[in-house]
Amino acid sequence: MPDFIAQWLNQNEIFTAMTMVEYWNGLVSTVQLVFLSLVIGLVCAVPLAILRTSRNPLVSTPVWLYTYLFRGTPLLIQLYIIYYGIAQIPGIQETFWWEIFREPFYPALLAFTLNTAAYTTEIIRGAIMSTPHGEIEAAKAYGMNWFMRMRRIILPSAARRAVQAYSNEVIFMLHSSAIASVVTIVDLTGAARNIYSRFYAPFDAFIFVALIYMVLTFILVFAFRKLENHLLRHQRPVSN
Amino acid sequence: MKKLIVAASCALAMAAGTVQAKDWKEIRIAFDVPYEPFEYKDENGELTGFEVELAEAMCAEMKADCEFVIQAWDGMIPGLLARKFDAIMSSMSITPERAERVLFSEPYYNTPGGWFAPESFNTDVTDMDAMKGKVVGVQRGTTMDTFVTDKMGGIVTIKRYTTADDMVLDLEGQRLDVVFVDYPVGEQTVLSKDGFKEVGEPVKLGEGVGVAMRQRDKDLAGKVNATLKKLKNDGTYDTIMKKYFNYDIKM
Repeated sequence: MPDFIAQWLNQNEIFTAMTMVEYWNGLVSTVQLVFLSLVIGLVCAVPLAILRTSRNPLVSTPVWLYTYLFRGTPLLIQLYIIYYGIAQIPGIQETFWWEIFREPFYPALLAFTLNTAAYTTEIIRGAIMSTPHGEIEAAKAYGMNWFMRMRRIILPSAARRAVQAYSNEVIFMLHSSAIASVVTIVDLTGAARNIYSRFYAPFDAFIFVALIYMVLTFILVFAFRKLENHLLRHQRPVSN
Repeated sequence: MKKLIVAASCALAMAAGTVQAKDWKEIRIAFDVPYEPFEYKDENGELTGFEVELAEAMCAEMKADCEFVIQAWDGMIPGLLARKFDAIMSSMSITPERAERVLFSEPYYNTPGGWFAPESFNTDVTDMDAMKGKVVGVQRGTTMDTFVTDKMGGIVTIKRYTTADDMVLDLEGQRLDVVFVDYPVGEQTVLSKDGFKEVGEPVKLGEGVGVAMRQRDKDLAGKVNATLKKLKNDGTYDTIMKKYFNYDIKM
């Protein structure tokens, strides 16, 4: 941070340069956590959604069970179980897993990823199921095999239908990430709680952080509108 | 008609006046439970503990009708300022930052902060070179938090917890090397378990614990100070203290 900005900030009572750095670090961990869990979650969700639509119950039932479990319980409970539960397994501290699970970041990332993957799986499954039958029949008539049908017809068509519901999931995930602060991660909410308890100023600390969340949400909404315009450009009127 | 309005507004003003000049026959006091042995619920679910009994003795002395309110620590000062209750007697240490927001009585006890760690921990907590890179757990917003943040900020990794329970769980799970908590709390939660010990010397922090009230309620503070002084001198305080502690916390 340049000196003149730091000096200007240090005239404030609460929003000093140190406070701002704390918020900034919180922003970085929130964005990291949400971005990574969404990307990994989406990558897992696409194959899971395809398995979930399988007619073979041996394939589709385990995926159904997974989405049922993770959508049926609060994310906070999942985070508690993963963060505190793993540390209680006897002997875990001696294995290499402890290198990963000692820091709160990875248990939180795991919980968030599993949670968002469950929701995204169901969103994509819904979109796959509602693919117009004619499109699939036409693809079959062209002699495309299953893999090619998936890649060329079903998934692109499903993506167009899923994108609106998925944008909600992304925004919910950003807001849910606020609970990361209960397992000592200093994310945006964690930073706000630290600053609040240092200055006993709940309005200042939390309204400021609420504004940051709002800006992040607006950026996401804007990006998804661009993406929707791109994916659904064939639905626009031809005249202009 | 005009006379009537004047008379009505006079009556209103007088009524309002009586409301403002509170005689403090009813006091709402807030505690954050569990914080053994200061305030906790016994096996019957009754609120008890050192500060609860002291508050009861204080209310009896002041001939006031007291209502005890349970409030989580995070919302203590905001709750007081929002008039959800009139006084905090929940081990709130007197600090300059807090004194800007609330009015403190004279201190009524002081406990040090203590370092607690697993048996295997053998680092000198006052040696900053040796402490480098260690993970220290504190409760967010406590005087212990302020101490570690100021003195060891760039040296150790500080993890802040909302409750002591979560912190002890992470100490057991080896996520923390050492915790720095209010001595009685550490004694109750950490030392009661096998394989843990006290490290180094307890650190005297701050100016002790006082009753926190709103800045404007100077009359209440006056009464509280007079009552506390009387309890400390007539032996009531010592009787309650001996019930809960085998060391001296009187101030």
